[in-house]
Amino acid sequence: MTSSLLSGNEAIARGAWEAGATVGVGYPGTPSTETLQYFSELPDVYAEWAPNEKVALEVAAGVSMAGGRVLVTMKHVGLNVAADPFFTLAYTGVRGGLVILVADDPGMHSSQNEQDSRNYAAFARVPMFEPSDSTEALEFTKQAFELSEAHDIPVLIRSTVRISHSKSQVALGERSAVRDPGSYKTDPAKWVMMPAMAKARRLDLDRRIQSLQALCEASPLNRTEYRDTSIGIVCSGVCYEHVREAAPDLSTLKLGLTFPLPETLLRDFASKVDVLYVVEEADAYLARSIRSMGIELDTLPLAPSGEISPGSIRSALRYPDPELREADTTLPPRPPLMCPGCPHRPVFDALRKANAVVTGDIGCYTLGALKPLSAMDSCVDMGASIGMAHGASLVGSVTERPIVAVIGDSTFAHSGVTGLMNTVYNGGTGTVLILDNRITAMTGHQGNPLNGITLQERSSREVDLETLVRALGVPRVRVVNPHGLAAVRVAIAEETAAEELSVIIFRAPCALLVRDKGDPYGVDEDLCTKCGACIKLGCPAIGKDHLTSRAVIDVSLCVGCRQCVQVCKYDAIVHSGPGCDFKGADLS
Amino acid sequence: MTVTTVMLCGVGGQGTILAADLLAKVASGHGYAVKLSEVHGMSQRGGSVDTVVKFGTQVHSPVTDPGMVDHLVAFESIEAMRRIHYVRPGGRLMVNPSAIQPLPVLTGDLAAPTGLNAILAEEGAIFIDADELACEAGSPKSANVVLMGALSVGLEFDQELWRTVIAGRVPPKTVEANLRAFELGRQACQRGECER
Repeated sequence: MTSSLLSGNEAIARGAWEAGATVGVGYPGTPSTETLQYFSELPDVYAEWAPNEKVALEVAAGVSMAGGRVLVTMKHVGLNVAADPFFTLAYTGVRGGLVILVADDPGMHSSQNEQDSRNYAAFARVPMFEPSDSTEALEFTKQAFELSEAHDIPVLIRSTVRISHSKSQVALGERSAVRDPGSYKTDPAKWVMMPAMAKARRLDLDRRIQSLQALCEASPLNRTEYRDTSIGIVCSGVCYEHVREAAPDLSTLKLGLTFPLPETLLRDFASKVDVLYVVEEADAYLARSIRSMGIELDTLPLAPSGEISPGSIRSALRYPDPELREADTTLPPRPPLMCPGCPHRPVFDALRKANAVVTGDIGCYTLGALKPLSAMDSCVDMGASIGMAHGASLVGSVTERPIVAVIGDSTFAHSGVTGLMNTVYNGGTGTVLILDNRITAMTGHQGNPLNGITLQERSSREVDLETLVRALGVPRVRVVNPHGLAAVRVAIAEETAAEELSVIIFRAPCALLVRDKGDPYGVDEDLCTKCGACIKLGCPAIGKDHLTSRAVIDVSLCVGCRQCVQVCKYDAIVHSGPGCDFKGADLS
Repeated sequence: MTVTTVMLCGVGGQGTILAADLLAKVASGHGYAVKLSEVHGMSQRGGSVDTVVKFGTQVHSPVTDPGMVDHLVAFESIEAMRRIHYVRPGGRLMVNPSAIQPLPVLTGDLAAPTGLNAILAEEGAIFIDADELACEAGSPKSANVVLMGALSVGLEFDQELWRTVIAGRVPPKTVEANLRAFELGRQACQRGECER
């Protein structure tokens, strides 16, 4: 048996493959993305990115109905989008095993909220596995497929960022023979969820959960470890590993299945320890569930949000703190930023200058909200920009300012089309900017329907975005290269002045896709008047010399996009020569 | 059940993830249990990043806490200061002494921190001019591997194991430059007080 260093995401993909899953489908979202990418590279599988998580789960439902084993991947907020099919698939159950990876982001490293997907498992009554490292991620995924088919139900695997993006050694197994699903037979009582059939399936779901309840009491997925019994800690996922490191001598009940919960086992564990605690992050899902069983539970003083670490558990248990050097809290923060040469930058520069009310969306361009661009009023969820712009225009409080929605190409395909249809249908106005950088950038460059790049490089065709937008009935549509700053300004001025709804497609590839970088630029010290116009672009290659107040360009970062050249009224930004190097300047 | 904890910190895009991957593979090749924890996504776009590698006979948590890091390798001096409290007393602090100013400093909204390298030196930092050595090695992007070369002095792993892992992990065209970078990092460290 070979061993390999795998991330939790990779291990889940490998587990699905070893279980004989032949299809994988999902939508990229940190921290889930690499799972489907890794799966797609394994032999004898079909994998595809769907435009959104709802479609992905529906594709998977079809695979399952036809008898195939299928893995679905998404981040926590993706399950909100997929919630509609998800709840009803608990009723229909499965034919081929259907396993959904939902990757949560406690601490919000790369997300707009911190929702705890364990609540979804309890809400829909779908079993949930929680691995605590890569070895379990692989093993639990295999078992999830078995359980899915044995109990006729989809299964959730909950990962968190520290499972998905931590690597450890995993023993690799062979792939089990892909099961022949046999010929397909129509089964409306199981799959046509109109009320008469759904009522029967609802009762059947109760029976299935009851049988799972019995199973989880005895399952090795849930494990008691008795050490010092003065304190017992119930935990799951990566929190188990944190507890083991923080308090190696205490007793633990490690839950690998967090829905349904093993009530008898919990009661038994509680009776054998003097004090019972729960250690969990993001939400008090386990604590609430245990208290609702009438089991007495004490509370550790852990933060109610954000991530848990071994140190926070040690503090909560009042263990002595390690000897600490004081943290330096005076340092300037280092927020993420748009890359040098990013095609989004001129759009936000123009929006700020136009004093627009900007409803934003999810993607790299959300960084347009940060200084110095500071040109975004909202960011809520995938596709929200368009509906919110329409809604804001209905109130009349912002009439003196243009209302502009900003959305990326992949996000528009994900959830923007219906919003735009709504605005057209209801006679809305305003301007929608589709920032088409030809890639799903923030999650690490995935294909999407608007660029026609598929996960396994099958031939495809890209959506004709202009035709789509026109077909929805948008009267004014134009395409603009965002690297031309004057054209960006004019387009935004004209379209926001128009009384009709308009769409501007700003089309230029992500700076990271551009292989041929232009020659770098530098600042001519004699011509620079210290006006700061170039610095307001927020390009990480441009800085202000704190001694001279002149602009300086870091030639090692500059990609020669010429955006700053266009904002300089004094022709002071020129092809670089000696003396223009950032490193020669005094920034301190 | 001793666990060694290494934290690599820097600015998104500096190659901390690849460096951590090399270290994890080397520790794994040596026969240790390994856990590596990194963060992808939004912070990778030029933000402040860190990656943690822990190895030993058994490793539980993939993350670490202030005061618990045995070796902090900072790819940039502001990020070194930001995480200096993670180093345990007697732990090792290795710093690439170049500063990449954060955007609020570049735009003139905040003052650049001053005297960082003096403070770091007082804290016992070992400075490795990784940018310069990377250029000397033939690839400016190999600064991460220069730092792994420096880190390798004072860790117990076999040099040949490092070289095999590097050769198998970096882009084929850059293998030679990266192996040179590793060697230059080692030499730089041997000149300093690395074996603590």
